[in-house]
Amino acid sequence: MASVNLRNVSKRYGDNPEVMRDINLDIQDGEFVVFVGPSGCGKSTLLRMIAGLEDISGGDLLIGDDRMNTVPPAKRGIAMVFQSYALYPHMSLYDNMAFGLKLAGKSKSEIDAAVRKAASILHIDHLLDRKPKALSGGQRQRVAIGRAITREPKVFLFDEPLSNLDAALRVKMRLEFSRLHQDLKTTMIYVTHDQVEAMTLADKIVVLSAGRIEQVGSPKTLYHHPANRFVAGFIGSPKMNFIDGTVSAIDAETVTVQINNGGLQQVCVAARGIQPGDKVCIGVRPEYLQLDSDHPVIKATVSTVEGLGDFSYIYAASASAEEPLISRIPDTLEVADGSQIGFSIKPHHCHLFDSQGEAMPRTTPPTQH
Amino acid sequence: MSVAHSRLRYGITTAVAWSLAILVFFPIFWMMITSFKTEEQAYQLSVIFQPTLQSFREVFARSDYLSFAGNSIAISLGVTLLSLLLAIPAAYSMAFFPGPRTQKILLWMMSTKMMPSVGVLLPVYLLWKNSGLLDTVSGLIIIYTLINLPIAVWMAFTYFCEVPKEILEAARIDGANTWQEIFHLLLPMSLPGLASTGLLLLILSWNEAFWSINLSSSHAAPLTVFIASYSSPEGLFWAKLSAASLLAVAPIMVLGWLAQKQLVRGLTFGAVK
Repeated sequence: MASVNLRNVSKRYGDNPEVMRDINLDIQDGEFVVFVGPSGCGKSTLLRMIAGLEDISGGDLLIGDDRMNTVPPAKRGIAMVFQSYALYPHMSLYDNMAFGLKLAGKSKSEIDAAVRKAASILHIDHLLDRKPKALSGGQRQRVAIGRAITREPKVFLFDEPLSNLDAALRVKMRLEFSRLHQDLKTTMIYVTHDQVEAMTLADKIVVLSAGRIEQVGSPKTLYHHPANRFVAGFIGSPKMNFIDGTVSAIDAETVTVQINNGGLQQVCVAARGIQPGDKVCIGVRPEYLQLDSDHPVIKATVSTVEGLGDFSYIYAASASAEEPLISRIPDTLEVADGSQIGFSIKPHHCHLFDSQGEAMPRTTPPTQH
Repeated sequence: MSVAHSRLRYGITTAVAWSLAILVFFPIFWMMITSFKTEEQAYQLSVIFQPTLQSFREVFARSDYLSFAGNSIAISLGVTLLSLLLAIPAAYSMAFFPGPRTQKILLWMMSTKMMPSVGVLLPVYLLWKNSGLLDTVSGLIIIYTLINLPIAVWMAFTYFCEVPKEILEAARIDGANTWQEIFHLLLPMSLPGLASTGLLLLILSWNEAFWSINLSSSHAAPLTVFIASYSSPEGLFWAKLSAASLLAVAPIMVLGWLAQKQLVRGLTFGAVK
């Protein structure tokens, strides 16, 4: 087991500008860290730099106390599970899992013990004689994990390991990853674009965008205290609503915002670098955007209602927001397509972003959420 | 599409395929029956005749068939092994570590195949003469390898491009070095393709006539020279020429027949995915 530290790590291809820059990250021993971000944000590149499959152009990578920038992948104490599983198709599962140990010159009995132990952890003991093509997607995924386990790595690296599986299997395997981490207690770094995986698995989430780290924190921190509009919009499904407005008044613990084409909305945040008259953006999650016909601050027209059984999502167009507003309502409420509705928001459920997209610190303790 | 229309299409396709097959096979068939005729019968178009082994007896009496065949085998196997030995590392580097000029190099290599061999006959002849390679098996192996290398590299490159990069990366993380990657993973995984490359090289070098006729005479002469020796200035002896040709092409035809499935599979490897 080992910690992983990145110090001012950067990446460039040839003489082109840097695609990743100023990456500083501390991953504690035994932590489950998830890199999340949209396609092309650099999350897989960062993982491959830690694995040694991509060169590091600048900065330092430490695994444990050792600088690993130029150490070959096999000597970094890591094991990696690929999105495509990358099993050796001409070898049996046993040989797939034993390959690394054979190359390392381990004895037959050591190899056998390691393979059988990994197989029993993953419940694939009965499949060891088969070739990968005779397996289902989920079983192949387990073999890929098994191959990683036999190496007894200090750090596990997972590159979008569930994206090739169907939805039901993905949920099942997600739970298995969680169990595996509890059993092995090894440092794990997991890359995904699926923020549900990130929220459910991670001790710590690293949100990346365009080659930069946007925010690092626990799932709850990222959900309730996003550092900027990008993180706020990326974490949470359906995504946060953004409502445009102008600062009308500021006091110690609240900011009052005049919503464009709407009413006055109090927001429980500490004003940082904004003053009355500045353009701002209020963020509110769908579950906190409440239907209110008596004192609405925002008016909207319902465009679609999605019923999901115990609750429904309303999608409504409003002059106060660029994108349709999304509100979660109990399924007992009936709302018709095309009807005029009003919304209100409690001040402590609001986030506030300045014109640069930076979040104001919220003044309400998380317990009140 | 109606049933009648689809039947008509099937009928036409079948007729075209059969016509082409007959067109290609007819010369071989004619050569085969001519080899069992006498020289007099050889000039007649009849396919009904009393078969005789006279031509074969005369061919065996006049030439040392086994020596020619031995040279053909040695040269073909030598060329196949040497070409694969050189092509595999080249294709590996081009497929997995392509540089900015990789595609251009591949095209340039292929373009050398478009040059008529006779254009470089004189310099090659002089080079071979000065290096003592004329009429030697190794001399022929070298020239055939040079001719066939572009095909071998191109084919191996195509097969290697089909191998997912992640598999080699996984092996690298497992601790494999470059040679272990090639031997433990790349070769077994692209075996069908490489086998058909080998087979094609074997056939091409077995059938190569231009360089063998020009660079060898007796000592290293393969079966193509053996056939050519029956097309003499004194006139064509069709029956003997056919018998010699049949003896020359029979081994490779049998091999081709046995391996045709493999060959077709290998040649269409990348195309059908």
